[in-house]
Amino acid sequence: MENEKNILEVRNLQVNFKTYAGDVKAIRDVSFDLRKGETLAIVGESGSGKSVTTRTIMGLNASNADIASGTIKYKGDDLLKKSEKEMEAIRGQDIAEIFQDPMTSLDPTMKIGRQIAEPLMVHKGMKKEKALAQALEMMKLVGITDAENRINDYPHQFSGGMRQRIVIAIALVNYPEILIADEPTTALDVTIQAQILNLMKELQDKISTSIIFITHDLGVVAGMADRVAVMYAGKIVEYGTVDEIFYNPKHPYTWGLLSSMPTMDTGGDELPSIPGTPPDLLDPPKGDAFAARNAYALKIDTEKEPPFFKVSDTHYAATWLMHPDAPEVTPPAQIVERQKKYAEMQSKLVQTQRTTSPVEEEEEQQ
Amino acid sequence: MDYENAEKILEVKHLKQYFNVGKKDEVRAVDDISFDIYKGETFGLVGESGSGKTTTGRAIIHLYEPTSGEILFNGKNVDNFKSKSDQREFRQDMQMIFQDPYASLNPRMKVKDIVAEGIDINHLAKDDADRSKRVEDLLETVGLNKDHSSRYPHEFSGGQRQRIGIARALAVDPKFVIADEPISALDVSIQAQVVNLMKKLQREQGLTYLFIAHDLSMVKYISDRIGVMHYGRMLEIADSDEIYAHPLHDYTKSLLSAVPIPDPEFERTREEISYDGSGENDGKERHLVEISPRHWVRAAEDEIDMYTKRAHAASLIHD
Repeated sequence: MENEKNILEVRNLQVNFKTYAGDVKAIRDVSFDLRKGETLAIVGESGSGKSVTTRTIMGLNASNADIASGTIKYKGDDLLKKSEKEMEAIRGQDIAEIFQDPMTSLDPTMKIGRQIAEPLMVHKGMKKEKALAQALEMMKLVGITDAENRINDYPHQFSGGMRQRIVIAIALVNYPEILIADEPTTALDVTIQAQILNLMKELQDKISTSIIFITHDLGVVAGMADRVAVMYAGKIVEYGTVDEIFYNPKHPYTWGLLSSMPTMDTGGDELPSIPGTPPDLLDPPKGDAFAARNAYALKIDTEKEPPFFKVSDTHYAATWLMHPDAPEVTPPAQIVERQKKYAEMQSKLVQTQRTTSPVEEEEEQQ
Repeated sequence: MDYENAEKILEVKHLKQYFNVGKKDEVRAVDDISFDIYKGETFGLVGESGSGKTTTGRAIIHLYEPTSGEILFNGKNVDNFKSKSDQREFRQDMQMIFQDPYASLNPRMKVKDIVAEGIDINHLAKDDADRSKRVEDLLETVGLNKDHSSRYPHEFSGGQRQRIGIARALAVDPKFVIADEPISALDVSIQAQVVNLMKKLQREQGLTYLFIAHDLSMVKYISDRIGVMHYGRMLEIADSDEIYAHPLHDYTKSLLSAVPIPDPEFERTREEISYDGSGENDGKERHLVEISPRHWVRAAEDEIDMYTKRAHAASLIHD
């Protein structure tokens, strides 16, 4: 592994899907790291490749998927080189997933205690009684009330929010190193969503899991993520810490995403929107895939793909606007507001450092 | 919105919509709600799943027979439209946009036939040429190409399909459009496009919207007034800016406190307010009371004081 802190390193991943119409280039050269104990959010629209990325990590792609290149290193081993049997041992043990729809991801004919105990019996070879006892503990941990009496209930006897708690219990019962959460709260009401998100944060602290959080809801990202990767048309176009992405975004697509979501203070007659639709990945456009929808597109965008430009040690953006020769542009009004807030936050940070540092020096002198 | 001279287009009075009446599994989906919608405004209806917001929309467009209560459209009781012509007029004036753009368009029909169905039923076109002209105009209005008219729904993306659904609703020149979660199946960038289109059409054609949704930030953006539903009851109605800035009912406060905001600073300090609904079922009689101008809260007699004090604290009332 390149870095001690990384638990997962994805490099140059390319995934194509073979269809009658030709090859759909779903993932086009994606690289990222997941650090120990962090939450990495992957955001993007449907078809941007966020779910395919995680499904490739789990080895759960459809049979017409072709992994054209890349490596996925977990604890030094390349997951893409593992056999199906080896992957079975990893799934649910080292890497677990919470799926989007709690209504369809549970077995309707199996008691929920048994479903939570199953990963323990399969991976740890635990006896049924012991596994069920641990399942009961897990049910209490995820906040299912009256767990003793409900352990023999079936999924249909629970509400959507409670079912998602059960799905979380199943995913976490083996204390996985990596938890993949693919839109885990999209099917839920806001009040229930808030409960589930809090539960996930709480459990992450308890068992120090790293989380890959997939969502299109930027509000949820703001509350959950340490770092954010923005995907568009099968590529990561910008990544950075959650503050860098929300307060100092550099890619016009990130600008568009952030401005097209009304906040509680948005007014006016027209909501800023991104015109057009995402490109067809059967035949991805030359150059920057976002160029056709980008009001800030430069001539070079249609000719040459932009590389990642460095904004800070943790923040990179793939847009020609970051090139030293690119013209100065003014981002949308909402983004300018965000940048102002960021500047204020930074200067406050510097001030607190200044006010605290002399004290330390004095202490050292003594 | 100028509410001084506003005219009521829809009045819902003590609407009750029960299912399986008299049986063991009776469901009181909508339980005695009353509200008005004014001409030209957008009324947002929010609530969690099971709150009865969709049932309310369907009862208004008369897909159900109400268990009790009245729905007046332009002053006339929807239930009493016995003559064919009255019914036809009502069906023209009130249209619906559906949630799922994949399920709400017939996959075997061409776009022009989907859009023109209302025109055909109501004999609005003089001849074939007029019909095609109308369809092309409608497609253009919603931002689609007129060449699209001979294609089938599967050839379109979700956002484009929702535009087709809107064109279909507009084909019969409606006055009142019920939009039930019209954007929740769409991607963020496409949601903004559809919301902008709906706002543009409202300005140009003077439409009135009943906008049903659970995405609270989008509802606030598009609505003039908002009603909050919970377990089949209307708990609070107010202007959208006011209800977000100064919610008076505890449930509204709880609901708003759970909305994730795309601002990490805010999220780090967010505090959720939990709501215990058991107090609502203490047997006291409650109804909507106007606490401050156009701000209604469902309250029992002995709770009015408390809400008035809250309104004072938020300086919604001045003495």
